[in-house]
Amino acid sequence: MEEYGAGDLLSEAMCAGARVVVVEDCVEAPAAFVLHLLLKRALAAGGGGGGGAALLALAQPFSHYDRVLRKMGCNLSMHRKSERLHFFDLQGFPGGTQGGAIADSLAQLYSAVQRVVETCRAGENAGRFTVMIDDVSLLEVAANGSADDVLDFLHYCVTLTSEMNCSLVVLIHEDIYSSEDGVGLLAHLRYIADLVIKAAPLSTGLATDVHGQLSVVNKGMLIEQRPAKGQKVWSFHFKVKENGADFFYPGSRH
Amino acid sequence: RGLVVVAFDRSPEVYLDIMLRHGLDSNALSRCVRILDCYSDPLGWKQNIRSEQHQEDSGTPCSTNKDTITIFRSVKDVDKLSCSIIDLGRGFEGEGKTYFSVAVDSISSMLRHASVQSISGLLSNLRSHDQISSIFWLMHSDLHETKFSRAFECLSTMVACVEPEVVDSVYGEERRGDMSFLEHNYSKAKFHVRLKRRNGRVKHLYEELCVEGYDVKFISATSVSIEVNQSLLPKVQFNLELSEKERSDRANVVLPFEHQGKGEPIRIYDGRRSLPEAHQDPNLTTAALLDETEALKSANPKGEIHYLRDSDDERPDSDEDPDDDLDI
Repeated sequence: MEEYGAGDLLSEAMCAGARVVVVEDCVEAPAAFVLHLLLKRALAAGGGGGGGAALLALAQPFSHYDRVLRKMGCNLSMHRKSERLHFFDLQGFPGGTQGGAIADSLAQLYSAVQRVVETCRAGENAGRFTVMIDDVSLLEVAANGSADDVLDFLHYCVTLTSEMNCSLVVLIHEDIYSSEDGVGLLAHLRYIADLVIKAAPLSTGLATDVHGQLSVVNKGMLIEQRPAKGQKVWSFHFKVKENGADFFYPGSRH
Repeated sequence: RGLVVVAFDRSPEVYLDIMLRHGLDSNALSRCVRILDCYSDPLGWKQNIRSEQHQEDSGTPCSTNKDTITIFRSVKDVDKLSCSIIDLGRGFEGEGKTYFSVAVDSISSMLRHASVQSISGLLSNLRSHDQISSIFWLMHSDLHETKFSRAFECLSTMVACVEPEVVDSVYGEERRGDMSFLEHNYSKAKFHVRLKRRNGRVKHLYEELCVEGYDVKFISATSVSIEVNQSLLPKVQFNLELSEKERSDRANVVLPFEHQGKGEPIRIYDGRRSLPEAHQDPNLTTAALLDETEALKSANPKGEIHYLRDSDDERPDSDEDPDDDLDI
């Protein structure tokens, strides 16, 4: 279980072929650790060729991810130098543009991402490439609340998954949308997703050994995504550690 | 006969794959199916990237399906979309007039790029086109306001709803994160169809939907339909329904003018007590008894009436409309 995660509950629930993964969290149970884990797996994936990853970071600077992943045994700086990892620092996105140019900025961002994916595929790395967005709620803020523009951008990222052997992992904060009048990004994302990973606090409150519960819904759209046992919904507890996270069924923790 | 699929939500290959899995061979596919690909490059971003990089336009992504798949790059232009659909439909080969159907996956995605009015207009235009035999579309009702879903329902002659079997009423409030009920909902669902007939009557059909691997099975839920019939009756304090015993008794009643043809004299109830009962009654005078017996003996039918009951199994207020097969 301490290797890049081939044996744990999360990888069992996810299977190998999930293309569009939506991670939902809330203030009481943040799921950034899931992104860190998936990033580590994406960079470690594959024997010799390995995959690559593109991280579109709106939430934190590179130093933060570097520090966190280093404790998990993954050297982001090295991967960035060797161009296995492409880091997009979007904390200042979209920069100086205003008004209707949001769509253009997003189109340009997509163009950069597509270029990165194409370059990676053309190289020796024929493995699965992962595009990760941390997070979509901040992307909507950067787009001045225009959910349609963000959805257009996400749609284009989704087309990358079907055309270029790519995975898309996005983080969204579910509690921001719970009291909205209209239908927000969250509902649209749930339809687009092949796999939904939802982190929630325990209904019984805080605990030292268990930090929350994780529900994984594997819709299994394509045949290679179907879990072996045919199960679609997984529910288990997690505990976040310095070097990763533990996943276990309720009550099985000694 | 042909089918034009307007694909917004999934890659065109997915639809072709589904049709191949269901037994359609590739020749039939290339003859009868056209896909308008609004998925790969709906806003023309990729084309812009290519022109910026001075690359040649590679056209459709998959060359083997060049005739079947046509990329569409301006989803915000509803008129252009309408023309493209009709052009694709006209391209079907066939003698005389070829009719085609249009499938849209999905209207919810279309609504992100254009207004409800323009899309309703598109659907109305397609509806009135003389070569289009039917249009069907998918709509995710929880992504829109109810009034928009209703607007599209009004446009349609048939509405099929897939509803969850298990509805978790406390989801999102108390039991956050508990999605165990979803396991059931991903393989089974309620399927409800509302049909608008030409004469204005609305017919309801209920079935249960079961997903197993790639197959979707429909099981007619007879028990559910009975519940629905009961709910269509007004709620009053007396019972308007018939129990099983009452139904079988009703079936056994011999109606006036009905001839069972057994050769025995038929006792037709005319309001008077039957003869054996009259014999047992000590209050009857002999004269009255004689009267009754004589009345029975002289009941020789002079004329004959042959009565044939036709709709034996028809229950009152059933949904069957006898005018259904009229093609006006």
